[in-house]
Amino acid sequence: MAPVAPRSGEAVFASVERVNAELFTLTYGAIVRQLLTDLEEVEEVNKQLDQMGYNIGIRLIDEFLAKSNVSRCVDFKETAEVIAKVGLKMFLGVTASVTNWDADGSSCSLILEDNPLVDFVELPDTCQGLYYCNILNGVIRGALEMVSMKTEVNWVRDMLRGDDTYELRVKLLKQVPEEYPYKDDE
Amino acid sequence: MQFFGGSAEVNPSPLAPAGTGTGLLGNNTYMMYVFNRNGVCLLYREWHRPLKTLDSQQDQKLMFGVLFSLKSFTTKMDPISAEKGSLGVPLLPGQGCSFHSFRTNTYKLSFMESPSGVKIILVTHPKCGDLRESLRYIYNIYVEYVMKNPLYAPGTAIKCELFNTKLDQYIRTIV
Repeated sequence: MAPVAPRSGEAVFASVERVNAELFTLTYGAIVRQLLTDLEEVEEVNKQLDQMGYNIGIRLIDEFLAKSNVSRCVDFKETAEVIAKVGLKMFLGVTASVTNWDADGSSCSLILEDNPLVDFVELPDTCQGLYYCNILNGVIRGALEMVSMKTEVNWVRDMLRGDDTYELRVKLLKQVPEEYPYKDDE
Repeated sequence: MQFFGGSAEVNPSPLAPAGTGTGLLGNNTYMMYVFNRNGVCLLYREWHRPLKTLDSQQDQKLMFGVLFSLKSFTTKMDPISAEKGSLGVPLLPGQGCSFHSFRTNTYKLSFMESPSGVKIILVTHPKCGDLRESLRYIYNIYVEYVMKNPLYAPGTAIKCELFNTKLDQYIRTIV
């Protein structure tokens, strides 16, 4: 039996169940709004969004792997491409381009041409420090952690803050090998 | 836009492999284990296991240990790929080549590991065919009914009725 071929982002996106984009955007907006009310501090909201994303990411990875048939990536470069072209496409319906690699290939930028989370959004003066899409950082960080990569993800450019595009910086900290979990004397 | 399963009747893709649901019905599958990346046994189910020699915790630990060592062994013995590492040295999940089944005169053990470290083990009748498609299908059931279940806390034992029902249904069709 030949191994199952990985599927492209478009193919997976076409085959999965989808929800109305506006419903999704507005639901996300409502969550952020509620967090701002509950937590009051913008910094705390950023943190909370990241944590929520992380919790999503550690579950999402299994769905991603099961539906895309992607197997292990050879290096971090391939991982970044897969996130940009398959992962984001599959769950958000958009793709990103991967650029700005550093010399040792351990950090790169994902440039989102289109970001469905921010339709209808304007940041008021009171929330200038808010990273509105901080949930995406958490998702990527959580998902990569489940495939043995410790990463650091943060926003470099954000159109809501007056930049010209959405740029997400992903930095690979280390790869964690699978250890034998039991002690000998147990 | 993709979102968490809306309708109650979700069909995990890919669809059940052809050739299932025919002929021999019943207890071709003896038991099944699901481990996560930390070696926690998330699920142990048995359908037909007349003989037990160890208590269940020891049994699960032994199973995990054998798989762990066997994988390390298969990678070390690989004559083709350069990506080896030393025997016993931890590998990243999915790294190196791995076995997918072994057969004895009384049973067959089929094994699948996802890059996220989820390991699914099926122990079946020795005459069962290639079960890799079936394991992928079970992984899909796991995603739909366990990972997407908001009440399930990752890393804990699986206690999802719906998952067990779907699993039982599917297991009965394995030939």
